[in-house]
This record gives sequence, C-alpha cells and structure tokens, in this order.
Amino acid sequence: MAHRDDIALMAHLMRRAGFGASRDELEARVANGYEATVEELLHPETQPPVDPYVLLRYQPSALLPGGVPPMGNVNYMYYLVTTQRPLEEKMALFWHHVFATGNSKVDNYDQLLEQIDLFREQGMGNYRDLLMTVAKNPSMLFWLDNNQNHGTEVNENWGRELLELFSLGAGNYTETDVREASRAFTGWTFATKIPRLPYGRFPWKFEYCSEDHDDGQKTFLGHAGNFNGEDIIDIIVQQPACARFICRHLYNFYVADEPQVPAWSLEPPRDPAAIDMLAATFQANKCEMKPVLRTLFTSDFFKNARYQHLKSPAEVVVGTLRLMGGYEIPRPGCGELSMQPSYMGQDLLNPPSVEGWHTGQEWINSGSLMSRINFVAEQVGNTNLPGVQAIVRRLQAMGVLEPEQMVDSCLDLLGPVEVGPDTKKVLTEQAKQWGQIRWDTPAQIEASTKQTGELLQLIVATREYQFA
Amino acid sequence: MATIEKDPVLVVVQLTGGNDYLNTVIPYNNGLYRDNRKAVSIGDNQIVHLDQTYGFPSFLAPMKQFWDEGKLAIMHGVGYLDSPRSHFRSMDIWHTCEADKVGTEGWLGRVVREFDPKKDNVVTAVSFGPCLFRALSMPGVPVACVAGPLETYGFLPGIQDRAQRQAVLDRFSRMYTPIPGSGVLEYLGTTGLDSLKGADILKVAPGRYKSDAKYPDTPIGRKLKGIAQVHFADLGTRVFYCDHGSFDTHAGQNPIHASLWSDLNKALEVFMADLRAHARSDNVIVLVFSEFGRRVRDNGSGTDHGAAGVTFVLGEKVKGGHYGDMPSLEASKLVQGDLNPNMDFRGIYSTILERWMHLDPVPIVNGKYEQPAFLN
Repeated sequence: MAHRDDIALMAHLMRRAGFGASRDELEARVANGYEATVEELLHPETQPPVDPYVLLRYQPSALLPGGVPPMGNVNYMYYLVTTQRPLEEKMALFWHHVFATGNSKVDNYDQLLEQIDLFREQGMGNYRDLLMTVAKNPSMLFWLDNNQNHGTEVNENWGRELLELFSLGAGNYTETDVREASRAFTGWTFATKIPRLPYGRFPWKFEYCSEDHDDGQKTFLGHAGNFNGEDIIDIIVQQPACARFICRHLYNFYVADEPQVPAWSLEPPRDPAAIDMLAATFQANKCEMKPVLRTLFTSDFFKNARYQHLKSPAEVVVGTLRLMGGYEIPRPGCGELSMQPSYMGQDLLNPPSVEGWHTGQEWINSGSLMSRINFVAEQVGNTNLPGVQAIVRRLQAMGVLEPEQMVDSCLDLLGPVEVGPDTKKVLTEQAKQWGQIRWDTPAQIEASTKQTGELLQLIVATREYQFA
Repeated sequence: MATIEKDPVLVVVQLTGGNDYLNTVIPYNNGLYRDNRKAVSIGDNQIVHLDQTYGFPSFLAPMKQFWDEGKLAIMHGVGYLDSPRSHFRSMDIWHTCEADKVGTEGWLGRVVREFDPKKDNVVTAVSFGPCLFRALSMPGVPVACVAGPLETYGFLPGIQDRAQRQAVLDRFSRMYTPIPGSGVLEYLGTTGLDSLKGADILKVAPGRYKSDAKYPDTPIGRKLKGIAQVHFADLGTRVFYCDHGSFDTHAGQNPIHASLWSDLNKALEVFMADLRAHARSDNVIVLVFSEFGRRVRDNGSGTDHGAAGVTFVLGEKVKGGHYGDMPSLEASKLVQGDLNPNMDFRGIYSTILERWMHLDPVPIVNGKYEQPAFLN
C-alpha cells in the first residue's frame, strides 16, 4: 500500500496540475512515481483527447449558438470534467485567466471555444508563439478592438493590455510605448463579421490589411524601426520583465496566492527566489513553457505549498464533479452544472474584464462562499454518485469504525484534507452522535452510507476544504 | 437610537468600464466637441438642453426630470492627478482612495466600520453584484453580497428538516470561529459567520416588501429592486452598492452607450418613484460614478481610455446644479489627449461623508479635499 505522505504529495500535484484525482488514480500514480507523473502530465499527447462527438451525441444543442445555459459553458465544462490530459486543460484555463476574453462583448461562443482550443494546443509550447497566435486570434482582436485600430486612427486597447496584462506588467513601459505598440498593430484585423442571424455565425478569420497599417518609423522600448506587430512581440519577449511577469502568473495560479495583478508593480513576489528560478528557466529555454512547468512541479517550493492556494470556482466545481464521477457522459442537467462556477464568481468564457478574475482571497465573499459550500455539499451528500460509493466501499472494507476513525478516514479519502484541531473536534462530535459505524446488516449499511454522506457534507463545508 | 429622523443611506451605482463624459453631459455649443467627435457624438436633435451650455442625450431623459426638480448634482471634471489609463488601477484608486499604492481598505469599508465598530449589524452594507467590490472590502468588516435572487439566499438549503439544519448550522458556525492571526483562514471564518447571520436577517426582506413598482427585468433593474426590498425592510442598512456596465466603449460606442444609460435610467426612475411612493426617499442619496472618462477625440467608432469624467449625486436632499466646470477641450489644455481633471473625486466623497453620513472624511479618504457643496 502506498505511503500516506506519497499519496498526499500526489494528491497535491493532481489538484494543482489538474483537477484532483480519485484515490484509485492516486494509488496508481504513486506506483508510477512522482517524476514519471510530471512527465506524463507534460506530454498530453500520450493520453487520448476529449471526444467532442460524445458531447454532440447526447447534447446536440451544445453547438448551437445562444441558449440558456449558454453552449459555451456546456462545451467548456464537458472538456474540463472529462479530460484525460489534466495539465493540458489546466494550462488552457491558466491562459484563459491571463488572456481573459469575455463573451459579454465577443458574443460568439464558437470563437471563444476556438480560443480555448488554441490554449490547449499551444499552452505548453513556446510563449512567444502563443502570444503571436493570440495577437491574431479574432476573439482577442474584437475583444480589444484591434479591428478598430487603423493607420489613421490608432486604438490603443490591444496595445495597452498586451503590455499591461499579457506580457510585461505595469511599470515596465511608458505611455509612448503603448502608443507605438498600438501603431505597430494597425491593420491587424479579421474578415468582416457577419451578423449572427439567421444562419448562425460564420467563422472569423485573421486578416492583415497592409493598406490600413501605419508604415512609419516607431520607437518601442528603446528600439527603433518600421515595426510591425511581430517585431513588437519579439522585443517584448526579450525583456526580463516579461519572464518575471509570466512566471509570477504561473506561481499565483499553480503554487500560492499572490496579490492581484495590478499590485505586482508595487509589491514584491511572495517568494522572490521561486520567481527568479522560474524566470531563469523561462529565459534559458527561450520562452518554452514545458521546462518552466517541469522546474515548477519538481521544486521544493511547489511541494511545500500544500493548501496555500484558495480554490477557484472552476477548481471547486470541476474537482468535485471529477471526484464524484458519473459525469463522463453529458447527462440532462449538465447545462445547469456548467453554470455553477459563475454562481461562485467565475463565469467561464466571460471574465468580468480583460484583467481576468481576481483570485485567492477575493474569490470569497459572503455570497460566493455560500454558493460554493452549497454546491459541493449537495454533490457529496448524494450517495448515489459513484465517487461517494467508492468512498463508502473503502470505509466498508475497513470494518467497524470508531467515530475518530470515521472522521480520519473520510478526511483522508476526500483529499487527504488537512484540518485544524478545532475543526476536527466538531467533525468528531458529529460522528460521535452515530457511535460506531458498522456494516454487518443491510440496515447498518444503509445507515452508515447515509452518515458517510452527512459527514462528507460537513467536511466540504469547512474552511480548510476551500484550499487546494 | 430613538430619533424620528431616519438614518441617512447611500446607494452607489458603479458604471464599470469608463463612462464617456462628453456624450453624457454634452457641451453642445462648443465647436471643439464636434471637431473631436466626428463619429461618436450625439446629434443636435438628440440633445435635451439643461441650460445654455450643457445638454443630456435623449436617452438620459429621466435624469433630466431629476435635474428639473433640482435634485440632481452634476460634478464636472472629476478624477485625480496623474490618472493612469488602466481600468483596474483607476477603479482601485476610486475604491481605496490610495493613488500611490495598492490599498486593501475600501472607503466604504471604513464607513461601515465607523457606523458599526462592534459588528452589531452584519447588513450595514449590502452589495448587489457578482463579487465584493474593493470599495467595501475591509478586514473584519462584514458586507452581505447578494449575487442572485434575495429569495434563495442562505447556507445548505438542501437540508429540509429544520432541527437537523439548525444542528448542522450550529456546527458550521463553530467550525468557522475565526482564529486571530491566521490570515486567510481568519478571513474565511469571519466571512462564514457573517454570511450565516446576514442570510438570517436578509431573508425577511422580500416578505416585508409590498410594492406595485414594476422594475425593468434587466440586471440593473433587478439590483435596484433588491436594494429597495432591503431598504424597505428597515434592517439598518446604510450603504448599498451595485454595478452596471460595461462602459468600455472602444468600438461601436453609440448604440452600446445609449442602451446602457437607457437601462440605468429606466431602473433608476422606477427605483426613485418606488421610494417616493412609500415615503422612503428622504433619507437616500444615489452616487453614480465611473473610474474615468474617455478620450476627447474619438477613434472612428468608439473612444479610448481618458481621464476626467462626470459624477452624479441624486436625491431629495441634494442641491441640484452644476459643480465645477468641464475642463477645457482646447488641444493645449488636454493631457495626452484627455480632459484634465479639475475636481478630485475624494472631495465628492468628503461632502457625502461629512454632510450626509456625518463622519470625519479625512481618515476615510486619506486627506483634506475641497468639498463641492451639493448637500446642505
């Protein structure tokens, strides 16, 4: 049997580099080893992709525009819940946080899903190449109005956010650089948008209009020349600030919560040595993401950061659904499930602004805390779900359980979750009201199963459970 | 407190994204307005004149009524020195009154702490919106955040049995006992307990609310209705907050800007009428602000991020009129193409704090600022 610490460390890796894993999966991965698991995660091509036709077979409406719940959410949630390439999907979510593009304006879920797809394909590749693709992505061009950025009339929206939020961070460029970068991207647009009705959207395609491009001399971050957008990106990725900014994003997403992005130019990183290490890897490998991720997941700072990260609503919902199981086939009701993160403050494919979501402690307020606890409790309290039954089977195999053992075992099988002594005391009180948990007769099995669900509900309502 | 006079209440409506000042309060006689706004402007026949200088676009018509009644204060050229053009920094500055560092305490969080230092009432501030706005955020200060309908607000509604639910909620409350100095865990503990209490209190509001007012079925309509429900329930709420947007109209501005203002106006009109019909308007003022105005010259279909903007305060006790002047549109007077702010937003906050909430504004807005006199 796998050592408890190995399971706990593997559970940590899978929560961060993916969306958690069942105990069976954790045991199998521990048998393979930690490094081997990291390598497998870094090579998603070794695992089968999500089959979109399964979704279409059961939810044909999932490709129709509009609708409530929106097809974008249904599609995205299906990928998140069923992927066998957890890190590929987690990296796509990471880039969605960074390159936050919202349907509130784009109003075209097909195109937003295509953007998420490009994050899946290029998210673990080279950051320069990714940035170049994003700069030509029609949803992004429209979201930040680069289709309105003309040689004669400069629109700074994309130029500014490229520098402020996507690459360098505030404080690492001037207003002139914003202006000059925007000029360099004039003429980057997409083929004419065709009205949605009556035939649905036509796919958008990147288009470069040379006649709309400002061909003049530009000065950007100390370089001068007749720059086009590609040149700007090449200059950006050479900046040490770029490596640090992207690595701080990675740290905030995968390791431990940082202050919000606007504070980064003013507040030092939580762990400067970690950022140095990641940024050095990023620069030495010329913006390749895989070596950086390998450094991150095998580092001590990562391994020691257990429960230092407040779960995002996507992590709460996806992690719960994957652990509970039974959602591999899109059943009726999966649309409503896809809306759950939005009730907790994270409307996927529709971030509140280009800054993306405020993370960490800011996920929590009195309303969102209620939504997340209520959702998870409803799931783990449903003893018909395969994930709850798997926990029940493991408890049953242990035989008679004293209240303390029952609490320890449930905490272990849900995570392992680590709770403080006061929380444990309350959980044990709950278990003590039932006395010994026994599994000898059908009546006992029924009662014990119900009690397991009730205890799991109380565990997921704890403060500690809100962390990953 | 045994007074007949009701405690003053502040309702904040945040226009997220940067509202275009020049197309909200239009200097219709100023040739520079037309010169700079070739594509993104309001036609002369669509302008409702306020006076010889300024007009509202027709989609602000309900606001014009409040203006005619002398109950709308228009604050011109609002902003602050060295305005960054970033939404997020700018909104943070408005929320925290900290222009030089990233603040963690919201100005209204400080207000709530002043009103209720012992946290006797966890619904002193109620926010209607997707998240806790930083203006309201303050360690140890509870704010009820209602993201969905008020009617289903509460923990573990799945447990039907009342006694069992009570037992579980008791355990919940003990598990959330804040551990001082434990950082985020402490914050979670406090938030958990406060929301437990808040839900208990707020659940009475929809039941107590009796009104025939027909709020528009729009996000801002639903939010203002929620605010009315809680206000009518006499729960001691002093600060209400909600958001509306997005006003980030870089492209295709004209129709978007019109529909945003039209939604807000329709909702505000019903809201004020609802309050008046139930004699609950006297102790309410509404502050409408945005994080910045937009660039003077349009970009062909929209407008880019600017600096100075317009702020409104509306209410029975407000002295209507213009406060300050629109900053010059002369090219030489613009700062990077933007109107140069000539009124500090912290002055407006200070007026509200001192003359409405009866609080010392200095520690709340971090300094002394000139106060426009829109309240007696």
